[in-house]
Amino acid sequence: MTELTTATSARAGSAAPALSVERLSKRFGDRLAVDDVSFEVARGEVFGFLGPNGAGKTTTVRMLGTLIAPTSGSAAVLGIPLTEQSGERIRQLVAVMPEAPGLYSRLSIRENLECFAALYATSDPRRRIEEALRAVHLADRAGDTCGSLSKGLRQRVALARALLSDPELLFLDEPTAGLDPVAAREVHELVAGLREQGVTIFLTTHRLEEAERLCDRVAILNSTLRSIGRPQELRDRLFSRALRVRTRAPLDDPASVFVGLPAVDDWRPDGPGGYVLAVSAPETAAPAVTRALVAAGADVLAIAEAQHSLEDVYLQLVNEDVEAEGRTR
Amino acid sequence: MNARRIGAILRKELWEYRRNRSILVAVAIFPLIFLVQPVILLLTLPPTTATQLSHEHLLLYMLAIPVLAPGVLAAYSVAGERLQGSLEPVLTTPIRSDELLVAKAIAAILPSVAVAYLVYAVFLGFVLAFVQPGLASALLRGGDIVAQVLLTPLLAGVPTWLGVAISTRAGEPRVAQQLTLLASIPLAVLTSLIAFNVLPASAGLLLVFGAALLLVDLVGWRLVLPMFDRERLITGSR
Repeated sequence: MTELTTATSARAGSAAPALSVERLSKRFGDRLAVDDVSFEVARGEVFGFLGPNGAGKTTTVRMLGTLIAPTSGSAAVLGIPLTEQSGERIRQLVAVMPEAPGLYSRLSIRENLECFAALYATSDPRRRIEEALRAVHLADRAGDTCGSLSKGLRQRVALARALLSDPELLFLDEPTAGLDPVAAREVHELVAGLREQGVTIFLTTHRLEEAERLCDRVAILNSTLRSIGRPQELRDRLFSRALRVRTRAPLDDPASVFVGLPAVDDWRPDGPGGYVLAVSAPETAAPAVTRALVAAGADVLAIAEAQHSLEDVYLQLVNEDVEAEGRTR
Repeated sequence: MNARRIGAILRKELWEYRRNRSILVAVAIFPLIFLVQPVILLLTLPPTTATQLSHEHLLLYMLAIPVLAPGVLAAYSVAGERLQGSLEPVLTTPIRSDELLVAKAIAAILPSVAVAYLVYAVFLGFVLAFVQPGLASALLRGGDIVAQVLLTPLLAGVPTWLGVAISTRAGEPRVAQQLTLLASIPLAVLTSLIAFNVLPASAGLLLVFGAALLLVDLVGWRLVLPMFDRERLITGSR
């Protein structure tokens, strides 16, 4: 997607984190939607917020976007404390793309954007609208009525609307929901472009590969914050490192081959001729395993470090919650 | 309050009205009713009824237009945004709740008052062109015309704030419109009582009436503002 011009130089001098959240909670009646959540997001960071449905992701975005008030805890958005009085000031600096596009369906794309450009008091709104339209590849459809657009196109209009105000902090709530792979890729490129220009992005998503690709750090939320860090850190934290071994034929006595090798802690079979070895240091274990297999007369097809995806991390954490919930019942 | 943000919502509302046929029909129906009825009456009245007519204020009967029409628009204001899902994006912008409500109110009042004035103009034109001179002079009195011109925008404010208030609480625009019409009926009855001289349309009464309306119009947003609960409107719970 086309790049937008942003006030990068003005952003570079800001010292406070883009988001600073301290023990934030939100209760709706008896239901605790967000429970004691704390985290920080640095300026210019792409921060992923993951979690199952009902985990409190949207509620958190709404609190930080000053749409709803927290029940307890505190937060600062771009260094501005989140209070009833600071809402207008914060909303001038941030943009929120909600999960549902919420366009005026009887108005054209351009009319929708004109309305929002005026609400943000955007300087040179005409130029800004053209840039936003080009960024989402809708410049040639500006006159179309929003009610006639497909879900994917509406999502793109909502994204253009969020870009109008040249925000310092952009909240994207499921930005690629309903988009086809090509359009989703375009959104990914746009997010990457915005990051290069210094825009901080707070991204909630169900697409774990999207978070893995785009986010500097991710937080996994399930009412409480379950884990936070770089995707690789989360993998290392949750899963022991492992080697995957494949041989042409199953070993006669795998235990005699693997047990006692340096840096190999454990092993288990993984299909015919396949083995997964829990290792403390793959760079030490791999040569030793190779030598042991050759000495045992095995035809080695592959030895590689097992890679856990962010999805594995996510499922592990969410499953832990489900199991814990089952135990308390 | 920020005039630019109010203007943005006002302009958007007017664009939406223009393309929303159900809103246009709902707004047009009251002026038609209150125009056609006196027209038929005047065409069927014999010239001898001029004296009787001079004791009534048939022009003021049409004050029911600004009482009933703006409520239809105002009732759509917040409930319509919720129906489209557009309320949340609007509230993520710097606009304040009072600015949004004032913009919505102006957007309901302006077209309603314009339509009411248009209907009056058409009616006056009709009277001057087609009604017997005796009846016309009994009907068209300077005081009534001035009262009508001045009271119309003041009257439009009351159902507008009622409509906006109901719209913040209703889940569906049509329900909001029906409730607003119901709530506006007492005011329409009051204007009818004045028009038919049940309440004497003295200058004093009209002045007090106008002052009371002005007060409600000016403080209306303050009364409605607490009902505009962002959290409840967005999450559906509180």
